[in-house]
Amino acid sequence: MLRILGKIQRLGIITEPLPEPDRAALEQVGEQLKARIGEIFGGSLAIREVDAGSCNGCELEIQALNNPYYGIERFGVHFVASPRHADLLLVTGPVSRHMEAALRRTYDATPEPKLVIAVGECGANGGEFGVNYASCGAVANVLPVDAVIRGCPPTPLSLMLGLLEAIGRRRVGAPGEKAD
Amino acid sequence: MSTDAWIGGLMESLSGAGATAEQAPGLSPARLIAIDPGAWGVLGEVAARHGCRWVAGWGEDMGESIRINACFEKAGAYLLARTAVPRAHPVLPSHTPVFPAADRPERHTQDLLGVSFSDHPDARRWTRHQAWKTSEHPLRRNFPVSGHPPEKTPPDHQYPFLLAQGSGVCEIPVGPVHAGIIEPGHFRFQAVGETVLNLEQRLGYVHKGIEKLAEGRDAEGLARLAGRISGDSTVAHAWAACMAMEKAGNITAPPRAAWLRALMCERERVANHLGDIGAMLNDIAFSFGFYHFARLREDWQRVSREAFGHRFMMDCIVPGGVAPDLPPRFIAAMRDEARALRKQIGKLMAIINDLPSVADRVRGAGVLKPEYARALGCVGYVGRASGMDSDVRRDAPYPPYDRLQVAVPVHHYGDVNARARTRLEEMAVSFDLIEALLAGLPAGPIRAPWPPPAADAEGLGLVEGWRGEILSFVRFGADGRIARFFARDPSWTTWPALELLIRDNIVPDFPLCNKSVNGSYSGHDL
Repeated sequence: MLRILGKIQRLGIITEPLPEPDRAALEQVGEQLKARIGEIFGGSLAIREVDAGSCNGCELEIQALNNPYYGIERFGVHFVASPRHADLLLVTGPVSRHMEAALRRTYDATPEPKLVIAVGECGANGGEFGVNYASCGAVANVLPVDAVIRGCPPTPLSLMLGLLEAIGRRRVGAPGEKAD
Repeated sequence: MSTDAWIGGLMESLSGAGATAEQAPGLSPARLIAIDPGAWGVLGEVAARHGCRWVAGWGEDMGESIRINACFEKAGAYLLARTAVPRAHPVLPSHTPVFPAADRPERHTQDLLGVSFSDHPDARRWTRHQAWKTSEHPLRRNFPVSGHPPEKTPPDHQYPFLLAQGSGVCEIPVGPVHAGIIEPGHFRFQAVGETVLNLEQRLGYVHKGIEKLAEGRDAEGLARLAGRISGDSTVAHAWAACMAMEKAGNITAPPRAAWLRALMCERERVANHLGDIGAMLNDIAFSFGFYHFARLREDWQRVSREAFGHRFMMDCIVPGGVAPDLPPRFIAAMRDEARALRKQIGKLMAIINDLPSVADRVRGAGVLKPEYARALGCVGYVGRASGMDSDVRRDAPYPPYDRLQVAVPVHHYGDVNARARTRLEEMAVSFDLIEALLAGLPAGPIRAPWPPPAADAEGLGLVEGWRGEILSFVRFGADGRIARFFARDPSWTTWPALELLIRDNIVPDFPLCNKSVNGSYSGHDL
């Protein structure tokens, strides 16, 4: 136990402050939407991540949001196990036809008000896979999508900036501080 | 090094079955034989008697006939057997009765090409759910890439799962949407109390039509697609696909490109092992270990991005070589980074190894018996933790591994602990390789010119990815475009192992056992 505590003390806190983005991380999100989200969800956002056909690249970068460098929970953002606990679905794609029904059911199980963010090139536009006999392509072809975070895969930083922008809680250099 | 003496013996045993050796330089290191369809079952029996591993099987619509391939391996030597069945009546004996490893791949061929394997013990659909009809076969030439999907694809809720009956037996369906940030698939547990009687997997949820999409692509397009078969193995899959295409075109990537490919591939191996060791510790609720390994993985990925421009090194391997060159300052930087990481892991493991609560969870959990690993042809750390002493880098070495020493850690207990140990030791081997690769990195160009390979040229790529052996096959059509692409992710060999190793374990240990195997859903579903 002492060795664990010693290691923790020696390393200290490595979580990084949020840098100023050089461009809007989030595409297709209106000012009105941003205002609404801040109003509705206040200081906490519960996300249900749904892999609807991804290559697993996006999942690895979304997982990284919980590593000590990004520590997204400090902004009140947490990932939940059930859509019934979720405010937002973070959907990676392309939506495979074999996942289409499961994705719709997950959406239906998410209580109102709810938001959908499509992640990655595939989620945004079908990416390398597009629409074919096995793929529905973009998430927006299956669900109403409120915002898109692009990249193949998007880096944890662009995911974080995109998410925080969507919930209107991004304030540069002030991790954990509550935006008002 | 490989020894192919057994192939002669096998050919002798098949002398009455119409087997003939054929010339196919692009398919090296595999030797190609053609055989009558009626003798396909005999081939399986003879190969099983010779102690071969069933590596992969795939088919191709050739117009009048459907060509079927099966690849076998023993002692690092590969044999590719080929036959053809008439398109109008595509029936063939199955290899599954003697090679359990052939079970799901044959069902995949059944679903996508409409070939029936006459004595297959389980003819249920596998890759197909409800997006296309029983009568449709996406890899047939007359099936358009757009298919004829229903407006909304219904769920595949009529799939006939095995049933268990009796007092106290309960069934636990899990997925396809899982609780964590992971890929989708369905697990059907039958349990008595907390003890798992049986697990049945249902995969195919992330089938994206990769084999069909590959048709008609140019070489660069195929490399990009292969890099997205499984995002965590983007380097290894892109390498295997490029190796196959290069062999088809008799094109050799320059030495510097080969060494950089290996450097990227070893970095990919380390990144994934780091992440998974952390995730296993998370699954036993030891968050200290989880966060430290997540930190080390992040550090490692950031250097990959600085050096090669992408955190996963996606699209860095291209036909004929590599896209980015390594800036000179990284020769020293990566060497120091590897040494520092080795030290950090050592310190962390000194803490972790000292904790009985960790040992209690990982020792004896999820045992894959060596005889099961052999029967299923398990590759990678799953096989090596259960006594399968194989590694393509050592047994059928491709540049630059033909110039390097590759140590292969092997364990025999086959439990979660053995798989974790194997992976920790593999990281140490990767650190040695990274140092050797950096020290010996040749100068020169990083990409060879790409004259489009001739129509009908075939190539085989075999790469040891972080999950194990990846097999990649291409055949070119006209205009240097792909006529057929097939990739066998190592997960095909390890998913069935998970069904066996979870038996008699408790349901709450499933996440740990699953993570210790970590099959790719996307790589398997294609």
